[in-house]
Amino acid sequence: MEVRLDALTKIFPSRNRKSKDTVTAVNNFTLTIPDGKLVGLLGPSGCGKSTLLNLICGIEKATSGRILFGDEDVTDLPPEVRGVGMVFQNYALYPHMTVLQNILFPMQNFKGEKKLTKEQMLEKAHEAARLVQIDEYMERKPSELSGGQQQRVAIARALVKMPRILLLDEPLSNLDARLRLQTREELRRIQRETGITTVFVTHDQEEAMSISDMIVVMKDGILNQLGRPQEVYDEPVNLFVAKFLGTPPINVFRAKIKGESLIIGGEKVLRFPGVKDRGVMAGIRPEGFILRDDGALTLSLSAVEVMGRDTSIVSTHPECEAANIRSIISSENEVDEGAKEVRFDLKPNKTFIFDAQTGERIAAAPAPLREDA
Amino acid sequence: MNKDNTLIERRAAARKRTVRVITYVLLTVWALMVLFPFYWMVLSSIKSYSSYNSEYVPKFIAEYPTLENYVEAFTAVPLGGYFLNTLIFTLLTTGLMLVVTVLAAFAFARLDFRGKNLVFTLFLALMMIPSELVIITNFQTITNLGMRNTFRGLILPSVTSVFYIYLLKENFEQIPDELYKAAKVDGTSDLKYLTKVMIPICRPTIITVVILKVIECWNSYVWPRLITDDKAYFLVSNGIQELRENGIGRENIPAMMAAVVVISVPLIVIFIIFRKKIMAGVARGGTKG
Amino acid sequence: MKNDRKAWLYLLPAILFLGFFMVYPLVDVLIYSFEEGYNSASQTYAGIGLYNYSYVLHDPYFLQAVKNTFILVIITVPVSTGLALLISLGLNSIKKLKELYQTIFFLPYVTNTLAVGLVFMILFKKTAYTDGMVNLLINLFGGQSVDFIEGPYWAKMFVLCFYTVWVVLPFKVLILTSALASVKQDYYNAAKVDGASSFRIFTRITLPMISPMLFYLIITGFIGAFKAYSDAVALFGTNLNAAEMNTIVGYVYDMLYGDSGGYPSYASAAALILFAIVLSITVINLTISRRNVHY
Repeated sequence: MEVRLDALTKIFPSRNRKSKDTVTAVNNFTLTIPDGKLVGLLGPSGCGKSTLLNLICGIEKATSGRILFGDEDVTDLPPEVRGVGMVFQNYALYPHMTVLQNILFPMQNFKGEKKLTKEQMLEKAHEAARLVQIDEYMERKPSELSGGQQQRVAIARALVKMPRILLLDEPLSNLDARLRLQTREELRRIQRETGITTVFVTHDQEEAMSISDMIVVMKDGILNQLGRPQEVYDEPVNLFVAKFLGTPPINVFRAKIKGESLIIGGEKVLRFPGVKDRGVMAGIRPEGFILRDDGALTLSLSAVEVMGRDTSIVSTHPECEAANIRSIISSENEVDEGAKEVRFDLKPNKTFIFDAQTGERIAAAPAPLREDA
Repeated sequence: MNKDNTLIERRAAARKRTVRVITYVLLTVWALMVLFPFYWMVLSSIKSYSSYNSEYVPKFIAEYPTLENYVEAFTAVPLGGYFLNTLIFTLLTTGLMLVVTVLAAFAFARLDFRGKNLVFTLFLALMMIPSELVIITNFQTITNLGMRNTFRGLILPSVTSVFYIYLLKENFEQIPDELYKAAKVDGTSDLKYLTKVMIPICRPTIITVVILKVIECWNSYVWPRLITDDKAYFLVSNGIQELRENGIGRENIPAMMAAVVVISVPLIVIFIIFRKKIMAGVARGGTKG
Repeated sequence: MKNDRKAWLYLLPAILFLGFFMVYPLVDVLIYSFEEGYNSASQTYAGIGLYNYSYVLHDPYFLQAVKNTFILVIITVPVSTGLALLISLGLNSIKKLKELYQTIFFLPYVTNTLAVGLVFMILFKKTAYTDGMVNLLINLFGGQSVDFIEGPYWAKMFVLCFYTVWVVLPFKVLILTSALASVKQDYYNAAKVDGASSFRIFTRITLPMISPMLFYLIITGFIGAFKAYSDAVALFGTNLNAAEMNTIVGYVYDMLYGDSGGYPSYASAAALILFAIVLSITVINLTISRRNVHY
């Protein structure tokens, strides 16, 4: 089922009863989620991503704008008739019911022609349980399960009623690191097998990047960028998106364009043909550095960390926003740890320039300084 | 499809509205049920004796409000005396209870001694004993000791409260051990630690206990009734009962209502001032009586 | 050793008070109940036996009191618990004026039972001057006036039950409101997304989640109702036997003191019978609740 959000807005009254300020959690959001895709809704905490999920689910009512499932306008429908499945952040498994009773619960609410016989319900429940590999724990109470198992039960409960859309709120945040890796693969598998359009919320960019068909980056209730994970990583539309994606994070420098060249701390590092003279912020991905004795950019070396395949070079520069610059190069390169300075050339496709005030990406195709690079 | 959806939306919204209206109506009905007796007692207390008795159908407002009933209530019966007695009784009982309870709770929570578990279990077992069972002997004891119609006789059997010891002990135990050890390293005595550290930290629970005990004392009726027959030692509950059966209550209802108002006001005022604390306190630890 | 002594010192006041006014009386009341023909004045008794129990169990006043108490329990416990649940559900579903309603509903808890009981009495009482507010209301709807205070048994029982519910409700509402508020919103959201009707949400989610508190209230409600006394005094005066409105606790006190008093042995036997009744009901309640409270 395709999901379309059209100028969706949600305004909350202020928590402080005396002030008349309002909080705009979701601001004029327009977005189309294609059928059958796994979509990661990504943003820092408080950016409105959970509210957006609740709007799609129907727990919250939109202040303005429309929500469409396919051609059907569901904006004002109560959640129960929307046909969505939801997995809550803390799973919201009913503590007094067994796993089986939890999974049966949604089906027992069916009315009219959708009504199922007991046998049908049991069969479906077991089918869903098998899908999430929880079928051996059917008679246990949620409190007798591990976090990962509870998570699976919650997914089974959401799936068993054959939802048109599956929504997951921070599905992995309550799991420990190892389980998180495992479960996110599992999530991917389940989504593939069922083919249900799935939207999940996360603040962990790695999680979103690794399993999503599409990611939606939002900040302060506003849609920043939408696209395939690699696409968004390679072509961030603004400084926020560039900073939010990638570990280690992108290195940002105060810089300027002069004579169609990018200047960082007086050094000409890259050519930007066609860009007029102006102040910019320059973002360089950690993997965008090429170690060269006569490199264009000179950094003060702090430390060299060899990590098997890669070598991470920690350095500083007065024009860098952060205290440290991290660059990652292949460990085949030899770095003199005792040296005071380290010099790099920059990879054009890993270097972005942004407007110094608005943070918007300045569209330009950079070119290397020398022909041989 | 869309037509269907608007219908579903409208129905859902309409149902929600109806439910909310019904909720408010029912809540308001019960609120009136609760408030009406209070309104009625104030209303009756400011009607003059003659106008009260001349209204076959009582009027909902007092046409000629008067305070004469209050004067009558304070002069015809020693209402002021009852008040003072209750105040003394409440303050002394609550104070004594607090000292006894805090000391015992401290011993259970913080000190290690042989037989602690056994004694604590015995204490807990006592919680199950209804006061009705022990009041018989206490009545005999106090009578034999010649303490009828004395504050000692009123107060002493009312002091004990296993439940409050339990409540406070649980709270004391939540204070981390490190604090006690740190105080010991600094050379603080147990008693000083109790008064300077534990009591301030557990103030909310102590306030709860005090509030519950004050309400209990102010409203206590059974024990005072058994142990006092001299009006000089009556508490307000007994005073009002006496008033009703042998005093002005038999014929002068407005004056009786004035007395009822006077008796009810202190606790209501305290309640309105400490509303949140009292309700939180009762919710935390409360059983009445 | 030193620590031991100090600990006992801290405990001493509590032990003295409890020993003197609870443990000793507990033993003593048992002894009293078996001493036949005890004379308060001379403090002597004729023999040991079950006569006191037999006397009490054959005393029509006691049987009347048992009947009254049971009727009171059977009516007020379910009614007050149900009503409290209804009110708490209502309170929890609203935002505006919630605090005001909560405050009002709690008011009876902090009022003197005896004093407000008098207001109820004059509201229900029929006198030479007026039939009383309630009767006028009944007349308004075409009914006949009833004397609720000195009239027929069922009328009096009605007032007693009504007043008891009025008195015990605040505590129950308070406890249930906080129990309901502690059920996480996520559960309701999940159930709503799953399409559960409000009725099903109530029976399958809300009720089980608050069942521990509900059972706590039912158990303490039973215990409290069995000990009813001062509500009856407030409405009908101290001579409850004459009003046919005595309760078991009232019977105990009447045996002890007052016009018909001076019989601590009978009082003890009656008190122990009451204790036995309350204990068995509590045990039954606990067994049922173990089977029904799931976590």
